[in-house]
Amino acid sequence: MAKVLVFTEITSDNVKSVTYEILGKLAGNDVDVAAVGQVPAGAVTELAKYGAANVHSLKGDNLDKYSPEGYANALKEFIGNGGYDYVFAGSTSLAKDLIPRLSGMFDAGMASEVTNFTMDGGTFAGTRPLFAGKCLAKVEIEGPKPHFITVRPNALGMPTSENAAAGNAADASVNAGEIRAAIKEIIKGASEKLDLTEANIIVSGGRAMKEAANFKILDELADAIGATVGASRAAVDSGYAPHSMQVGQTGKTVAPSLYIACGISGAIQHLAGMRTSKCIVAINTDPDAPIFTKADYGIVGDLFQIVPILTEEFKKIM
Amino acid sequence: MNIFVCIKQVPDTETKITPNGDGTYIETSSIKWIMNPYDEFAVEQALLTKQANSGSTVTVVRVGGVKDTEALRTALAMGADDAILVESDDNLDSFMTAKALKGAIEKSGKTADVIFTGKQAIDDDCLQVPQLLAGMLNIPSVSVVVGCEEAGGAFTLKREVEGGALEVYEVKSPALIACNKGLNTPRYASLPGIMKAKRKPLAQHSLADVGVSDADRRVKYSNFQLPPEKPAGKKFEAMDEGVQASVVAEVVGLLRNEAKVI
Repeated sequence: MAKVLVFTEITSDNVKSVTYEILGKLAGNDVDVAAVGQVPAGAVTELAKYGAANVHSLKGDNLDKYSPEGYANALKEFIGNGGYDYVFAGSTSLAKDLIPRLSGMFDAGMASEVTNFTMDGGTFAGTRPLFAGKCLAKVEIEGPKPHFITVRPNALGMPTSENAAAGNAADASVNAGEIRAAIKEIIKGASEKLDLTEANIIVSGGRAMKEAANFKILDELADAIGATVGASRAAVDSGYAPHSMQVGQTGKTVAPSLYIACGISGAIQHLAGMRTSKCIVAINTDPDAPIFTKADYGIVGDLFQIVPILTEEFKKIM
Repeated sequence: MNIFVCIKQVPDTETKITPNGDGTYIETSSIKWIMNPYDEFAVEQALLTKQANSGSTVTVVRVGGVKDTEALRTALAMGADDAILVESDDNLDSFMTAKALKGAIEKSGKTADVIFTGKQAIDDDCLQVPQLLAGMLNIPSVSVVVGCEEAGGAFTLKREVEGGALEVYEVKSPALIACNKGLNTPRYASLPGIMKAKRKPLAQHSLADVGVSDADRRVKYSNFQLPPEKPAGKKFEAMDEGVQASVVAEVVGLLRNEAKVI
């Protein structure tokens, strides 16, 4: 049995769902959760149901906004005092930035974006994709503890069993230290929807979208089923969509339950970025497009005709 | 300003990846290697920063195989002043790579005012080296940077986070900046640039020279394998407008009842 800390983020009083996915896989270990700032009482109860023994709210000066140095300093002190063997986090924008710096401060190893793992006898072994998912490998961590691991959202799946851990809420005072790179301002994104890396359903458009304005029909489809809109590199390079929407080897690697590829031929780099989607629907006029080799359901047709019909059909049942 | 850029050579994104015989890495014999795509933005930003600050130098650093120094020569041809290669296998872990980069920068005799890197390498996809290197050098870092303005050694940086939102950071030199696509448009190396690059200094060090040994290995990989192939899916013909409604209804039905994803 290992002593484990799961680092989480609280946004709008909610815990990111990847935290519950991680807790589900850690059953049988001694698991605490920590977040910077106040963890709401409701979240503490919910985390306890998934196995968190203690839920720590880390508080101190200069922690109201994220900074890699401030968060890393605060967590270093807390993790060191807690004697944790492993520190897990979801692979979010914040954790991708923070956890490597933190691991280095402990001279410790880190496994990034694992898609599965075991903790046999308190020892971690994980699986992670490399080359944007063109290849998988087993990953183990050596050297000084704690060992650090980030987990890709949606990869493990939500656990079903609920256990009744204590779920003690505890406050801890931490020190952010000197912060040299500070956030001055946050510019809101165009989308209020879940990020592609966390989305459960993604509707993506490719070169066949022809122009940026045509993404409107994908937005309407996405609204009907609660999806986030993505794009292929061809669509991004043609200026139809920003890079933040790009799925693929030089964009985002995604793992939704449902991926709907519209007018995407399926270049190797795109297939790499979306191949771990549980179910893939492809709409394309070319019956020989490579995307059809990866699709669970392929529709050979014109996306400008099919997508609006699809939107109406989803509206009937959602 | 002493400007450093850290780059990596990675397999071309078109490459079909095959695990090697014992599953310890991939087959590398027939791979076309390129400069990591995100590093091109880092090199360009280093050159732009040099242009805006007279008397600056750009030093490009790479940890990797000795046989092929093409990515370093490309950066020199684009306009970097000198290069450092730390000879090693191409599959070091992130901790060893960061430590080797730190050692190489220190061995150069120059103190880095700013270090540019790509936000991640597209081979191991770890996203660790920039933050590790910044931590080891005890300088601040900002990653996934899509906007960079510099004045008097202070940087205003836009970092991309979830949902296309941007965090705006202000940081004074020294700092590490990890670059994302969209930051700039990397220049092409000119023919005179390519000719000049051949004569620019390229220092070579061993891992031991920069203070890295096998005791620094933190991550062990094994069992490289291709992801499982999915069974063939169902394909529906719907070019004819007359069948589109029924095909779509059938697919939606399958998504709900067979795949159970909606």
